[in-house]
Amino acid sequence: MTSRWSALLLAAPLALILGAFLVVPIATIIVVSFFDYDSVRIIYDVVLTNYEELLLSPITWKTYLQTLQFAAITWAICLAVGFAVAYFLAFHVASPMMQTVLFLVCTIPFWTSNVIRMISWIPFLGRNGLLNQALVGIGAIDAPLEFLLFSDFAVVLAYVHLYALFMVVPIFNSMVRIDRSLVEAARDAGASEWQVLWNVVIPLARPGIAIGSILVVAVVMGDFVTVRLMSGGQSASVGLMMVNAMSLLQYPAAAANAVVLLVVVLLMIAAMLRVVDIRKEL
Amino acid sequence: MGPRRSRGFWPLAIFFALFVVFLYGPMVTIVVLSFQGPEGGLTFPMRGVSTRWFANLFETQMVGDFGGSFLRSLTLGLIVTVLTVVVSFMAGLAFRRRFAGATVLFYLTVASLIVPSVLVSLGIGLMFRLLGLDPAWWSSGLGAHLTWTLPFGLLIMFAVFNRFSPAYEEAARDLGATPWQTIRHVVLPILLPSLIGVGLFGFTLSYDEFARSLFTAGSFNTLPLEIYGMTTNVTTPVLYALGTVTTGVSFLVIGLSLGGVVLLRRRRAGG
Repeated sequence: MTSRWSALLLAAPLALILGAFLVVPIATIIVVSFFDYDSVRIIYDVVLTNYEELLLSPITWKTYLQTLQFAAITWAICLAVGFAVAYFLAFHVASPMMQTVLFLVCTIPFWTSNVIRMISWIPFLGRNGLLNQALVGIGAIDAPLEFLLFSDFAVVLAYVHLYALFMVVPIFNSMVRIDRSLVEAARDAGASEWQVLWNVVIPLARPGIAIGSILVVAVVMGDFVTVRLMSGGQSASVGLMMVNAMSLLQYPAAAANAVVLLVVVLLMIAAMLRVVDIRKEL
Repeated sequence: MGPRRSRGFWPLAIFFALFVVFLYGPMVTIVVLSFQGPEGGLTFPMRGVSTRWFANLFETQMVGDFGGSFLRSLTLGLIVTVLTVVVSFMAGLAFRRRFAGATVLFYLTVASLIVPSVLVSLGIGLMFRLLGLDPAWWSSGLGAHLTWTLPFGLLIMFAVFNRFSPAYEEAARDLGATPWQTIRHVVLPILLPSLIGVGLFGFTLSYDEFARSLFTAGSFNTLPLEIYGMTTNVTTPVLYALGTVTTGVSFLVIGLSLGGVVLLRRRRAGG
């Protein structure tokens, strides 16, 4: 009886913070998305013009398409890299001590600044950067490549650099829980390493793959900093479109875009959960 | 696995090594370049070695308000750390029992992790505007950061409590300890290393947060906002010096936390 009340009390701070700084703000966005506005102020009215303007503009569709494309490419690369890294850590590093150390080596960059990690590609990818110097040096190219920095290539590279960890951690987490006797049994039954990987490890790592995929896709869909910095202003993203509308004080337009983005992200997550039922597999 | 390494070991080990180089290589490059000579630019070659760009950092007129934003980010990071540890720990305890709305609260926490940061930032900014309040780093900014750090804190607490044996608490209770004494003298000491881990997430995620600060920091910038502003108008290695300093702070915090955890484990193992 008292324990029920104390549990409620213990959960109250978390509930209050998330209520005040997640639920109410998102409700605010939804409400504001129906407001009207002119160049100087918000007009309290209920209109659909924000959505009409947004959805009828070809720029919106182009931007969503580009953002989806970034998300798809980043997802595929992060999945391949993250899976390989997690598989190595979980199945090929024997000592638990070494496993912890190498896992931390992968995690530490996550605790440092994203903006700095993006900036740190400049000396490497720039026109006079290390990569161009090296390629010219060995005679592979005559003139420095221009597309390395400030391009879609740089954007995807930075995404993988920043977010591959979101794939490594959940997949690793799923893999260390796999009962080793299942792997042994498959080996004893004559399965090759590939067959073990394909028929035992991958199916059992699916929850981790799904969680990693959701994190990577969600974070890329909402990104604007990486696109802005790494494309040098040449590429667009939905997040960037929203931030630009905010800087022009077009709050209702930004809010309408935010609602559409939220719906798109939630639909994508729902689709991923349909492929893998996390609750059933946990 | 086992005494002999399987055929997959070396290709995977090489791939892993390349991944580590990919993670750390650029970071090492800018640390080296931040010691660029006075005539040097943003890329190699090094034109001499100097600490000129670090000195530049502390001349306020050069790079905006480095000192002020640095101090704000440190303070905010510490507040977020304390709140994240306390609130996550309390919620972690709550989730061990059934309570009304537990499922809703769990999904809300997961949503907080998945909803794009820019939306949270935008929403809090709009909410403050409609309420007629001025956003500030210690109010709206603090709330925005907590929506990012608390989900990590709670998920870590879930993992920790899953492995935590209730036998310790039962023993304490049998010996006549009150619920508060049980938590204070039994649960807290056992979980201290994990709580340091939660704190590490709290501090580093807040200290480096950009998107959730953008519309919530108000008129005084936090450090990531200041750095972002610099990327568009600073074309000297002072940018790298700033990167080296902030990354140094992050590494210091990571080192202290991990060192603390190792020390606690060792002391415990020694009895």
